[in-house]
Amino acid sequence: MMSPEFLVASAGFIMITVIVGLARILYGPGDADRIMAAQLLGTGGITSLLLVGIARGNPAVIDVALTLAMLAAFASIAFVKHAPAAQDGDERAGGRRDDGPGR
Amino acid sequence: MSALLDLFTIVVVLAGAVFFLAGVVGLLRFPDTLSRVHALTKADNVGLGLVVIALLPQAGSMGTGLKLLLVWLLVLLASATVGQLIGRVARRAGPPA
Repeated sequence: MMSPEFLVASAGFIMITVIVGLARILYGPGDADRIMAAQLLGTGGITSLLLVGIARGNPAVIDVALTLAMLAAFASIAFVKHAPAAQDGDERAGGRRDDGPGR
Repeated sequence: MSALLDLFTIVVVLAGAVFFLAGVVGLLRFPDTLSRVHALTKADNVGLGLVVIALLPQAGSMGTGLKLLLVWLLVLLASATVGQLIGRVARRAGPPA
């Protein structure tokens, strides 16, 4: 079993890069840019939890990562469900609609 | 053998961290929303995948390893779906491409 310091340090590095990426929430011009930064935070959190869980030998942390994966997906899907619907004239390319039938 | 597996873990975790760094740089530097979706979905899926592959030799038990793979599969499925949905929202709301 390798020493856990490297894995914990990697988790810290990944979290720092993701926190830098959260600047997109401040500057990103559209709502889609902001939810992308939040989704990156979810994925980075999952990765850090897996690294810490293996480093500490605590399998319960991996269950936390599994729950976070599910909740991050739900957050993005809730954003898409509540995004404003297409307005008239908002469809480009001659009004062609290529949305699925289930909307 | 154990040292070899540890070396494998270190190299592949570093590769995954590089992918996360590339994803954040792409998210901050790419010019429009759709290319940011491209950077984000590639980077977080491959980065998480490499970290999961790196952690498999250290998992200790079969159940823990299978749970690591399950986390990766769930994130792959969710991120592929959400990438398409966010792309559609961005195409509607964004400036004419």
